[in-house]
Order: sequence, then structure tokens, then C-alpha cells
Amino acid sequence: MTESISKTDASQSSKIDFINISEKRVGLFVTCLVNAMRPSIGFASITLLEQAGCAVEVPEAQSCCGQPAFNSGDDEGTRQIAYQTIEQFEGFDYVVVPSGSCAAMIKKNFIEVFKDQPEWLARAQHLADITHELLSFLVDVCDFTPEGIALDGSYTYHDSCSGYRSLGVYEQPRKMLAKVTGLSHKPLNGHSECCGFGGTFCVKYSDISNEIVAEKTENVLATEAEYLLGGDMGCLMNMAGKLNRDGHQTIKALHTAEVLAGMTAQIVGVKNAGK
Amino acid sequence: MQVNKPENFNANVKKALAQTDLKMIIRRTTDKADSKRAEAVANFPEFENARTQGQKVKDHTIKYMDHYLAEFEKNALAQGTIVHWASTGEEASKIVLDICRQHKAKKVTRSKSMLGEEIGLTHAFDNSEMERIETDLAEHIIQLAGDPPSHIVWPAMHRSREDVIKLFRQFHKDPTYSEEIVDLVGSARRDLRTKFLTSDIGISGSNFLLADSGSSCTVTNEGNAELTITPPKVHIVTAGIEKLVPSMAHAVPLLRLLTRSATGAEITQYITFHNGPKRPNDADGPQECHIVLVDNGRTKMLADGMEEMLRCIRCGACMNHCVVYKHIGGHAYGSVYPGPMGSVLTPHLNSLEVANKQTHACTMNGRCEEVCPVNIPLPKLLRSLRAQSWEKKFEPLTNRFFVQAFSQVAKRPKLFQFASACGVIFMKVFSRKGWIRFMPMTSGWTRNRDLIAPSSQTFMQQYKKMKKAKSGGG
Repeated sequence: MTESISKTDASQSSKIDFINISEKRVGLFVTCLVNAMRPSIGFASITLLEQAGCAVEVPEAQSCCGQPAFNSGDDEGTRQIAYQTIEQFEGFDYVVVPSGSCAAMIKKNFIEVFKDQPEWLARAQHLADITHELLSFLVDVCDFTPEGIALDGSYTYHDSCSGYRSLGVYEQPRKMLAKVTGLSHKPLNGHSECCGFGGTFCVKYSDISNEIVAEKTENVLATEAEYLLGGDMGCLMNMAGKLNRDGHQTIKALHTAEVLAGMTAQIVGVKNAGK
Repeated sequence: MQVNKPENFNANVKKALAQTDLKMIIRRTTDKADSKRAEAVANFPEFENARTQGQKVKDHTIKYMDHYLAEFEKNALAQGTIVHWASTGEEASKIVLDICRQHKAKKVTRSKSMLGEEIGLTHAFDNSEMERIETDLAEHIIQLAGDPPSHIVWPAMHRSREDVIKLFRQFHKDPTYSEEIVDLVGSARRDLRTKFLTSDIGISGSNFLLADSGSSCTVTNEGNAELTITPPKVHIVTAGIEKLVPSMAHAVPLLRLLTRSATGAEITQYITFHNGPKRPNDADGPQECHIVLVDNGRTKMLADGMEEMLRCIRCGACMNHCVVYKHIGGHAYGSVYPGPMGSVLTPHLNSLEVANKQTHACTMNGRCEEVCPVNIPLPKLLRSLRAQSWEKKFEPLTNRFFVQAFSQVAKRPKLFQFASACGVIFMKVFSRKGWIRFMPMTSGWTRNRDLIAPSSQTFMQQYKKMKKAKSGGG
């Protein structure tokens, strides 16, 4: 059944259509953590992509990238999740994900579970080719520079592992953040060391994860920055949650997109993140 | 010290985390290794080239293993070395002990070899009438302490200087009362020197086996391998078959990678090529040479599609850079080989059933692969072991249930969106001032961290509303 859906069917099935006529039709893959825990990152992504000249569509029938199944070794479960993601998104010019980890899953790992299904492998490969992590997409593909954004204070940056190692996201967020008036950068010792999140790892091996994130937050606090920025909700939740548990409520953990879209006023900070 | 078992991984981890000074002791070594390696790589512009070349050499030799093994045997025999083949660790151990008994050996000296540990040689000697003398300084320390190794390059890294001072004072005949490293080394040297010269048999491992000459290469810093091998009448090499390379020229890029990746050194103090027994005009050397070529699961790894792991040159960089290893240390893995490479190897040397938890104790951050001198895709291999383990249903039932339930929902986007919305409502019940400190079924998270409270509605709910308002307004 699923095999019969062609590329054009998939694009037609995305009913949302903003009037913005542009050369880049972008499908936003929201990710399950942003969807449930921090919608503002999703809206910030739309804002930034539109500012960068993209026509953004958000297919309503989307779920998770499948990492919980994939990293647990459940290949069949991963395929089941991947089928519909491929169908929903393969018709776009670009698929953009506000998370290095979920983007890397679609870009690098989908093809691993379709080794024995040539037709799906080709479709997964096509999806991999058009999928990008948000911050690198804005800079590398759209050559986007944020304008008129101001935020007083200093930030330190955590480079999430998948974005940094699998997708080469490093300069792009820093380049854009340098354009934010009033915001200065304080380098983080061990900026690219894992924060201990690791998806299911952080609950399966909670105590090891805790030791790792404790070291991370120690480094974060040592920078004395006001903002802890990153590009992955999972890592941010982990570090912010540890900081809050340990009583460090002054530092605010934000997704880079929230800062660049000028949405920090709405999000008072870590402490009131949920409003 | 009681030896940890791989199947008790979770208990081992608990024990390790409770040991408050362990992390600090490990970090003394790994932090230094990390920065020294980075420096060595930065000062070696050909590193990437060497890495590609090293990988190619390994892949080629592994692909034509049968050819190179036959060539190695032929050339080793021509040098006068006696070649033995062992398909299991037990068999290998027995071959070594039998040779020692044929020579009525009382004392055997051993230079550090992880393969020796793998095949259970240390235990085999300890259960025999013979005395085993470890000559590598770190191995000497753990022999005195009765510990298993906790790292493949620094087996005693879990022992602090204070521990070593105590051990040496307790066990050395002429101990030092100084606490300076140089004096401690002197104490060990005094203790070991006489033993080198009175040993009946010397046993070493091998870093590389050269097929075109039948020789074996050892890479050390202390010179103990040379002293282990030269004075006794008999020299026995134990080596895994994956140590083969076609020739010395092929070993060179791997040597350059090995020393830099292991300790950050351009070269070690000693790199020795051992070429069989003493020849008529040689000044010294053993009268008899044996080499035991060990399979112990390696050909099965080839058959199982794990051939990339056979590239491993045992440098330890993957564990030095592993966030998990750095917090739990080597003993928690319950295997001779800890850290990322160990988590891939142990299921093959032992079984996946007993060693599958280690494959999950990884955040998949990719650092190990990034620093691996022969490009072993360790995260990919670990994940493939997880997939095998999932197929065989080795995971705890609750884990399987949650993952399967999640997948069942996630494959149905509408249901997933509904479940997410319900989840948000559920979480709001436990939210206080923007945070969740406790919530049923999330103790794995909330035991150590707070959870950010969600917004009142999911992104998709808010987005649909916004879209409706827009289309209504437009």
C-alpha cells in the first residue's frame, strides 16, 4: 500500500500552503521533543526559514524520527516509523529539522535499516539528500544573516554530538549569533563533549548520565555566561534539568533558533520555560 | 580484588560510581592522554593519510588472511620458529603451559600482552606449579594488587600513586621509602632485574606479525619486552591472527598511528622486531622460539560481518575519549577489553547474551570513531550488536515493551500527535513553576534531573490553531 504513493502524491498531501512564493519549498520536521516540550523552537524555525526566503510547510501527519527504536536495535520498529516519514517529506525541495540528532537520524541512519529493500533504500537516500539541520541549512544553503536581533548578555555554546560530528555543525550557529546585538560569546571548555543525554541512554543508565552531565554543567557554570545555547532540545533539556536540580537558576538554556528569531522575550528563561 | 563479570554490568557500574576517587584517578591519565594525543595529531600533518593507509593495510590483510597466515607460517618456520595454532583461548593457554612444562620451567617472565589476558594465561599460570612474573611496570603493580587490568595500555590506571607506594613497601624486598616516582620505579627495577635473569621462559605478545619475514614486533617503553625475551632459553609469542601485516613497510604507518593514538608519543622507547631463535653468530637471544597464533572468535567475527573490528591495533584512544569509560573505569565492563572497543569485542570473545548491556552503555556520541586511528565505526558496530541482541530478545522485557509501544504509536502520526497532546496534559499535572521534579514512570530522568515543563499545548495544536486563524482572517 505504502509503496504506491509517489513523490507528487506526498507533496499534494501536505495541505498547508503559505502564500509566500519562493524557490525553496521546505518541509519542517518538528521533532517529538520540540512538539511536546518546547513549541517555541518550532515557531522560531518557521520564522527564521521564512526570513531566509523559504516557503515553509509543516505536514501535520508527522511523528518521531525513530531514534528510540533505532538505538535500541529495533530495526523493524525503525522501518515502520521511517516509512511514513519518507512518504510525508520526500516531495519537498528541502526537509529541515531543528535538531542535529534527528536530522542525522534521517540523513545517515534511515538508509541503514533499508539495506534489503532497494526501493525504500532509494527513497530513504533521496530523503537523506534533501534533509538538513536547521542552523546549518540557514547558513550553508540560504546564506542567511539575522538582522535587527538584540539580546544583552553572554552565551556559551554546547555542540551536540550528532550535529557536530555527523553533520559538521559548528561555525554556522556562532556566525549567526555574532550578528545578535549585545550578545557576546564565552567559549565552553569541552564544548563538543557529550552532555550525557544520548536519548534512551539517559534513562537506562541514569546514574552514568548524571555523572557526565554534572561535569558538563560544571564547565557551563565556569563560563559565567547568562545563556546556554545549543541546537538540540534533548541536550538542552538534560543540561537545563541538571542545572535546575542543582539550584543554578540564573543561567538560561535556549535553542539557538529561539534567540535568532528574537523570541527570548517570550521565554523568560529556564525557570519559567514552561510558562 | 574480586573480578567483575560482564553479565553483572549494572552492579559493576554501581560499584564503580560509588568509588568516589576512581573518577579522579582515571582522569589523571585519560585527560593527559587526550591532550597529548591531540598535540601529536596536530604535529603530524600526514595523520589522515596514515589513517587511510593504515585502514587499507588492515583491510587488505584481513581480506587475504588465509594467504598471509600461510606466508607467515612458512617464513617463521624458515627462521626456526615453531608455529602453533589455537582456535580457542583455552587451547592457546594449554599450548603455552605445555611448552613450559616440557622445559620443566619454574619461573616464567611475561611482558604485557592483552591477548595473554584474553586467553586466560595469567590464571592458567597462577593455577599451575610455575611462578608467573609480570615485567611491565603497570602489570607488575596489578599483579601485586591482585587486580585485573582496567585499561589496555595502562592496566593499572585505576591505582593511585598512594596505592603503589603501599604495594611496593609491602611486597618489594628492598623497598624505597621515598614517594618520588623515580624512586618507585627504581624499587620495581631492583625487584624485577634478578627475575629477568633467572627466568626459564619469556612470554610476550605481539603488536604486528610480519608475513614476509615471519617476525613479530613489540612496541614498549620500558624495555621489559626485550629483557623478557632475550635472557631465557625459550621465547613464546602469543598473538591474535589479526596482528598480521604483509611486511615491515606495511607496519610503519600503523606504528606511527599506534604510538600517537595511545600515548601521544611520536615513537616509543623500544620497537623491536623478533626474528626467531638465536643464530650461530648472534650475541644473545633465546635458543628456542614458539609462536601461538590465536583465533578465539576472530574468524567468526569475519563471518559475522564484524571485520572492521579486526582492524583494531589496541591503542586505547577510544576509551580515553569515551565519556562513559571515564566515569565508570575499565573494571565495570567485566572484560579484558573495556570501553568502546571492548563493548564490541567482548560479545564475540564471550557471548552477546552475557555482554549485551555494555553495548547499550554508550551515548552514540561518535567521539571514539572520530579518534580511532584505523577508522573503526565503533558506534555503528555497537548498534548492530544491539540489533542482534534485540532479535534474540536479550533486553529486559520492560525495555522491549516501552520501545515497542513507542514505535507502535510513532508509526501512526495521528495517534502520535494525540498521545503527545495527552502527554502534555499529564505532565502539566506534575508541573510546578515551570519544572517537573517528580512524575510517575520517569524516575530514570527525575532521579537526577528536573524536567522542563511543557507549554500548555503541543506545537502541532498551536500551529493548527494559528493556521485556522490565518485562513479565517485571510
